[in-house]
Amino acid sequence: MNTSVSVKDLTLKFGAVTVLDKLNLDIKDGEFLVLLGSSGCGKSTLLNCIAGLLEPTDGQIFIKDKNVTWEEPKDRGIGMVFQSYALYPQMSVEKNLSFGLRIAGMDKAEIDKRVARASEILQIGPLLQRKPAALSGGQRQRVAIGRALVRDVDVFLFDEPLSNLDAKLRSELRVEIKRLHQNLKNTMIYVTHDQIEALTLADRIAIMRSGLIQQLDDPMTIYNEPNNLYVAGFIGSPAMNFFKGEITSADGRPAFVTNGVTFMLDGYRAKNPLQPGTKAVLGLRPEHISVDGPETVNTHQAVVEIEEPMGADNLIWLKHAGQSMSVRIGGNRRYRPGAQVKLAYDMSLASLFDAESELRI
Amino acid sequence: MADQATLNTVAAAADASRGSLSGPRGNRPRPLFSTRNIVLYGTLTLAAIYYLVPLYVMVVTSLKSMPEIRMGNIFSPPVEITFEPWVKAWAQACTGLNCDGLSRGFGNSIRITIPSVIISILIASINGYALANWRFKGMETFFTVLVIGAFIPYQVMIYPIVIVLREIGIYGTLSGLIVVHTIFGMPILTLLFRNYFASLPEELFKAARVDGAGFWNIYFRIMLPMSLPIFVVAMIIQITGIWNDFLFGVVFTRPEYYPMTVQLNNIVNSVQGVKEYNVNMAATILTGLVPLIVYFVSGKLFVRGIAAGAVKG
Repeated sequence: MNTSVSVKDLTLKFGAVTVLDKLNLDIKDGEFLVLLGSSGCGKSTLLNCIAGLLEPTDGQIFIKDKNVTWEEPKDRGIGMVFQSYALYPQMSVEKNLSFGLRIAGMDKAEIDKRVARASEILQIGPLLQRKPAALSGGQRQRVAIGRALVRDVDVFLFDEPLSNLDAKLRSELRVEIKRLHQNLKNTMIYVTHDQIEALTLADRIAIMRSGLIQQLDDPMTIYNEPNNLYVAGFIGSPAMNFFKGEITSADGRPAFVTNGVTFMLDGYRAKNPLQPGTKAVLGLRPEHISVDGPETVNTHQAVVEIEEPMGADNLIWLKHAGQSMSVRIGGNRRYRPGAQVKLAYDMSLASLFDAESELRI
Repeated sequence: MADQATLNTVAAAADASRGSLSGPRGNRPRPLFSTRNIVLYGTLTLAAIYYLVPLYVMVVTSLKSMPEIRMGNIFSPPVEITFEPWVKAWAQACTGLNCDGLSRGFGNSIRITIPSVIISILIASINGYALANWRFKGMETFFTVLVIGAFIPYQVMIYPIVIVLREIGIYGTLSGLIVVHTIFGMPILTLLFRNYFASLPEELFKAARVDGAGFWNIYFRIMLPMSLPIFVVAMIIQITGIWNDFLFGVVFTRPEYYPMTVQLNNIVNSVQGVKEYNVNMAATILTGLVPLIVYFVSGKLFVRGIAAGAVKG
């Protein structure tokens, strides 16, 4: 596959603050890449650099194998969709869509053709004569996407496009963006802090933290095999349960001990050989723990503290190994506080991190 | 449904039996003559009277004849209304060399104000837009100089400017005065526009850049149409400021180009003959009429513009 967007050694400093530090990223042609991270991690800054709205301090940006580091945004073959929609308030939807084309001096017939095509794809035909103020949030964002669409660009950039919408519209438009990507097969770079959006939309996710990419992988790998403690804690809701302890061996098999409780590590696929005596952190996702299921080598007793029924699921909080942990079970299985339960773990889905380097073992 | 209705009645009956229906409910009533109301409306009324009484005296006096004024009741309404003083103030009052009233000054003021307002606002809005949205070398310095410029007393600069204008060869002409007004309006207007443009969403500007619009396209097609309120504010500030200006009008022009304010001064302060209070009052009102009308016509937009981030840092 060809690379569509390529970022090489990108550094950006605002005065003494380094926002991006020698960042490298290759995005394949037609790929949907999500930049995920909490606010201030530099994800939007990276997107603005790719768009050409911010000038990098150092490094290069290639789009379609062309060095565009010094190019104007309009010459980069990109379209951008913003969180606040950024529709021109004084222009009708049609004029909003065609603004870029009119600036470029395209002829009327071609403009009309493109606007018609975009409005058909996004189903905004009936809204063309309206002003943005007369549109709902979802419609506005659709028009904003249309503005990128009419320009017939190679790369779509989305800067938290759904963050201003309510939950229902957000999930609707999410599906629509995914459908759009499947139909158009353009390269799309999508910035968000919402992990559900990232997991559902992305071909690959880049998780960023303080200007560095922590992990760049497909959603399932990120979810199942997080690279480090930060990624493990960031992805997944409710968050992964962490236990601080030490790797040991019991009966000649690797195990993990925390607060006097032993977890057998049978089935754990370690990247490196497990060294007994290493200080480590064991991560168990709430949904990978079974309650009152068949006995395994790891069966522990615990007491239910709190129950949080969420309809489809039921989240129970337990006291175990001297700390609080959560377990996700089916919505129809109810436990009263104080109930004794048996826990079992699937170690093939667990994560183990070095306590010092915070990297996956 | 009937069920629901029944339920409601039952609930109401239960409430009534508990006595909760008689308790406080809905809007809390506020007495008309509370201390709060008396202080509030009392202060506002006093302030209004304080500002309106001088205006009232002026209007009343301007409609009286001189014998009536000499009786000394400045607050009493005119017994016999006469417009003679107004006509005299406009067309016959003597100012120094000529005796054609304020009409000449009015013409001059119009010829000074309109170009000064248009040119200064045009330049200042472009300055403000560039400062708010575009990064360029030296913008910090430029901005600092402008801010300092807003705080330097005018008097300090008068003599140097006289010399500069003389060297250029436009000292004493209308265009010289227009240049002076444009320059002195620049710092405050630029600040005003910069703050307004900075308050507009930044993403709009970014979107326009991605769409391929350059400096002027963004200014004329995106920013201008969104900025009507701030343009009205700037217009009001400039029109009243330049119309009411006296100092620059005296210093930088010759008598034939004196603006209305300077002429008014010459009428009111003329030492020959009797003091014609009614003519003076009429002349003063005539001079103040233009800013007054501007306020009345655009007051609403002015408030909206101020509220729309014009005064935000």
